[in-house]
Amino acid sequence: MSRLRGLWAEARPVVAVPLGAVVLAMIVASVVALLSSFFTEAGFDPSLPFKVFVGLFGGAFGGLDHIVNTLVNATPLVLAGLAVGFGFKAGLFNIGAQGQFLLGAVAAAGVGAALNEAPPPLAIGAAVSAGTLAGAAWGFIPGALKAWTGAHEVVTTIMLNFIGASLVAFLVLNLLQAPGFSFARTGDLGNAALPNAGFLSADLGRLHLGILLALLAVPAVWWLLYRSTIGFEVRTVGANPDAARYAGMRPGLLIIFTMTASGLLAGLAGATEILGTSHYMIASYGTSVGFDSIAVALLGRSHPVGILFAALLFGALRAGAGPMQLEAHVPSELVDVIQAVILLFLAADLIVRRLFRLRQAKRGIEAVETATETYGRKLVT
Amino acid sequence: MDPTSIPVLGVLIQLVGYLVEVLPDIAPIAIGLAAPIALGAMCGVIGERSGVVNIGIEGMMLMAAFVGFLVAGFVAQTFPATPWPIFGATPALLIGIVAAVLAAMAVALLHAWLSVSVRADQIISGTIINIAALGLTGYFNRLWIAPNPRLGAGTFQSFIPPAELTELPLVGWLLKAFLNQGPIAMSVIVIVIVLQVLLFRSRWGLRTRAVGEHPAAADTVGIDVLLLRYRNVVLAGAFAGLAGAYLTLEATGAFQNGMTTGRGFIALAAVIFGRWTPIGAFGAALLFSASDALAVAIALRPPTGHLGDLLTAIPSEFYASLPYLLTIIVLAGVVGRSIAPAAVGRPYAKESQA
Amino acid sequence: MDDETGALPEGAPALEMRRITKRYPGVLANDEIDLDVRPGEIHALLGENGAGKTTLVNILYGLAAPDEGEILLDGRPVRIASPSDAIAQGIGMVHQHFMLVPVLTVAENIILGDETMTGLVFVDRDEARRRIRALAQQFGFDIDPEARVETLSVGVQQRVEILKALYRQVRILVLDEPTAVLTPQETEEIFAVLRRLAAEGHSIIFISHKLYEVLSIADRITVIRRGKVVGSRVPAETSEEELAELMVGREVQLSVDRGESHPTEPILRVANLRVRDDRGREVVRDVGFEVRAGEILGIAGVAGNGQDELVQALTGLRRPSAGKVLMAGRDVTGASARHLGGAGLGYVPGDRQRFGLVLSFPLDDNLVLTSYHRQPFARGFVRDEAAIDAWAEKAIARFDIRAPSATVLESTLSGGNQQKTVVAREFSRDLKVLILDQPTRGLDVGSIEFIHKLTIAKRDAGAAILLVSAELDEVLELSDRIGVMYRGEIVSISDGSTANREEIGLLMATGGRESGEGATLERAG
Repeated sequence: MSRLRGLWAEARPVVAVPLGAVVLAMIVASVVALLSSFFTEAGFDPSLPFKVFVGLFGGAFGGLDHIVNTLVNATPLVLAGLAVGFGFKAGLFNIGAQGQFLLGAVAAAGVGAALNEAPPPLAIGAAVSAGTLAGAAWGFIPGALKAWTGAHEVVTTIMLNFIGASLVAFLVLNLLQAPGFSFARTGDLGNAALPNAGFLSADLGRLHLGILLALLAVPAVWWLLYRSTIGFEVRTVGANPDAARYAGMRPGLLIIFTMTASGLLAGLAGATEILGTSHYMIASYGTSVGFDSIAVALLGRSHPVGILFAALLFGALRAGAGPMQLEAHVPSELVDVIQAVILLFLAADLIVRRLFRLRQAKRGIEAVETATETYGRKLVT
Repeated sequence: MDPTSIPVLGVLIQLVGYLVEVLPDIAPIAIGLAAPIALGAMCGVIGERSGVVNIGIEGMMLMAAFVGFLVAGFVAQTFPATPWPIFGATPALLIGIVAAVLAAMAVALLHAWLSVSVRADQIISGTIINIAALGLTGYFNRLWIAPNPRLGAGTFQSFIPPAELTELPLVGWLLKAFLNQGPIAMSVIVIVIVLQVLLFRSRWGLRTRAVGEHPAAADTVGIDVLLLRYRNVVLAGAFAGLAGAYLTLEATGAFQNGMTTGRGFIALAAVIFGRWTPIGAFGAALLFSASDALAVAIALRPPTGHLGDLLTAIPSEFYASLPYLLTIIVLAGVVGRSIAPAAVGRPYAKESQA
Repeated sequence: MDDETGALPEGAPALEMRRITKRYPGVLANDEIDLDVRPGEIHALLGENGAGKTTLVNILYGLAAPDEGEILLDGRPVRIASPSDAIAQGIGMVHQHFMLVPVLTVAENIILGDETMTGLVFVDRDEARRRIRALAQQFGFDIDPEARVETLSVGVQQRVEILKALYRQVRILVLDEPTAVLTPQETEEIFAVLRRLAAEGHSIIFISHKLYEVLSIADRITVIRRGKVVGSRVPAETSEEELAELMVGREVQLSVDRGESHPTEPILRVANLRVRDDRGREVVRDVGFEVRAGEILGIAGVAGNGQDELVQALTGLRRPSAGKVLMAGRDVTGASARHLGGAGLGYVPGDRQRFGLVLSFPLDDNLVLTSYHRQPFARGFVRDEAAIDAWAEKAIARFDIRAPSATVLESTLSGGNQQKTVVAREFSRDLKVLILDQPTRGLDVGSIEFIHKLTIAKRDAGAAILLVSAELDEVLELSDRIGVMYRGEIVSISDGSTANREEIGLLMATGGRESGEGATLERAG
């Protein structure tokens, strides 16, 4: 018991603000749902907040299949959240996880369909590699642009998201389109599909191998950041690029490395999502992973373990959104509102600290304090 | 078709000829398409000249587009009115513009509070605004607009300039391009020039530039840095609001989730390409919109001959990506050589404790 | 130099500050400070770095709010909550780091906040120019109101700052360390201006930690130590020794005992070096010198004469456009910082917070910032945390770094301890060459003495040391030989033991050529 208390005392300054932000966001979201119900056909319903949370919680945890759904939803968020968080550590704001995810998804779908009759290890290995490489390439571009020309990654990654969406549409409609379907999609994955736990129980049918990959990525990224010299260099560039240059590090190269690694993780997220869950790619693949991953990284304070928990939270919200809409007749987009409000409270951590009487809590978003430093300035001379 | 069989030089000459030929047709389209980008860029110029980066222009636009549409729609539903002869304006549309501007200013106030008072990272703050705007408009869109498919106040109409002007030799097409527009697009050029003059000739402009370059220096001569930054960020929000109003009340007459499609970010690139001046940013916005307009022209009136074969062979997804590609190219080519206001992105704290 | 002590101006004080107290977290910056300044008086505030001088004048100028105490002007209590209040009360300030907007013109900088207007919206630039020309003429300043401030030399920028105050018709002018970046000649010029202003009835508060300057310019000297007034003196009745003791709180040696140097063979050799700056201008022109093992070569010069780029070229942070750099006989021209570090170069950068440290990292990470990739701190890509911890404990003890533990964030340490972190790291390497860029800037006397002693010890252990500093005093104190850098060239190298302050100052200001135009830098473009 006292050991637990000691642990809490240590974790409190780091965890308190994110937790507070989540609690406050839930309250604000209830008020939003309640007030907005005034102007709907159904009319005002004072029990709405209760219904909303019963729906959300039940949808996320009310039964084995729901828990699996939460885990499946959390998987790409862990990987993409790590992607964004890794970028933050180097002072880079990768808003391009969306595009890197899509490219990873389409590459995995394409290669997987092409190799659907190859032996499973080969087919899966090739499809996963194709996805990660495609994501890495899509991350390399803004990294190289930043290092060589100073173009700010926030703008270039957003642009690459749009370009990536067009590229995916082009690929699916032209090169990768499989015949025999009523709509444009890639072919069946066959042996390239990730194995799942369906052999244990039918409820576990959606629990695919990607979850394991995501869980392994957490300690891997942690080790890279905190126990390797490259991680030290990445963090130094993020905290003080001038000092990094002085110390003989090469910020330009590190920026390219970080963005590529970040894209790789996001690409892996896309690959596992396709190979484990969706099983094929369509021309206009809709996903909220781009913004969700930013929210996950910020809520998890760019720390791999924090990101894991934040991804589980958002995975639960996404999993619970549908059931909530059915039960409470509140649009599932309420989850987006909750997410937005969490982020607002994280940025304005001052309010959270006041309300919960927290002192000396670390700044919520300190990881990216250098993100704006090189805005509009050429970094490498 | 074997690409080597096309004479490159010939195609280039054809391309130039085609551009000259379609220029009078695409100029009005380009100026219309430039309006939201240019207005967003004005938001960016004012903010960054005062030392505040605004990545949230996209979100402000989206919020304004939504609120403008919603308010105009409800007013039109409640008080139907016949459109006036000029611009087809109705009370609903005008109130919609005001609502859109106020909505964007409210979001800008949030950004100002986060970046000036809370001293949060400005890029994070802007990103959060973008995410919040997308989430909130998506939620309320489903809640209020989707169940009312007939909601809407229509759009402003383009002004039809008198034939004497548009048929003037040489400049006629140019006058037509600028005048054959709705009220918001037409006002852009005026706004740009006024801001350009104010920024470099007025007391407000001098103080704004000082605050963006060296806030401590401004502080020591008695300028209230925080107040000026607040005022400017909120004022700048009004332009993002006009941009949003343009999208739902002048261009389309409908609201769709995420309908800003990156214009706020292209506007930021226009700010940098235009070297943080209103006129330069307007020019950059025109460049971006021209690429869009060209795609429209190619789709509607494809050129003939080799050039036509070539341009129509390029997949439509490429044309859709063109403005985004151009933005990246412009950013990559120009950033190293243009210098941002020195204090951009840095919160100002009065008492520094060394 | 001590030509003018003058009679102390009589009369009621123009300014009184009573029992001013200011607390910052963990520091009592001002502890019941009393200060009075009479009309026409030049009143010096003397104290070492961090004593609380700047805090006191920031309170006077409305940049900081006192926790206790009051301010009286002509005997009336006034409330100064902001710089506008101070300006309205006739108080002006020339800050240590100039408060000028580099991209604006002289005229725009001067009128900023008090603009001449045509109508309600637009600035009347012609009127501004006219007024500024008249004002400049009155004080014999030769300044073009339309020049962009970033193109002006430091000395001229300081005059713009003074004009800015005079434009606002100040009665009380505060100057915070105004001579830190000036040559001795420029210092004399600025002193002449100050004396003239005082003669016209202005009250002047002059902040410095340089004893001889204070004795030369002030009518009265108030000494501050650790936030408290520890004494007040008139120049005629005191001495440098007494002021030094008051300032530091113990007897201090006014100069380092640097002993005899025993240089051997040349280790660092630079020949025909040319370096361009970020904008592509050649700012180091055909520079050549050598530093021998066991000696300190000092490079003096007004800031902005190419010293930064020279140091960057020697430390691998900037590629020279021509010339050669040899280290212990090996050609290292254009070598990377990483390579040079491995070859035995240590470097203490001028701006420790920007270059030398990562403030958001713990102390131990900062102690390996330039050696984290080498044995024993890493094996391959893997960090060895135990080795880093062990070294950190050792360094903290050996270099007297005052920190509660090796894992505290560097940002929580004092300036002196931060610099000791850098020094511990760089001095502990297997050194052949040591480059020091203003190694004691902004430090307290104790830390300065400590670092100076370590530097001498490194020299005597056989390192070739290059000391670059815009602070002439430091160069004079430590160097065995002194070079002067002027407009990108080393214009002379002389013997440190016989060097003459005025001569070096003249070289810094004019490069030893036709004098008259002063040290105006050409920075057009």
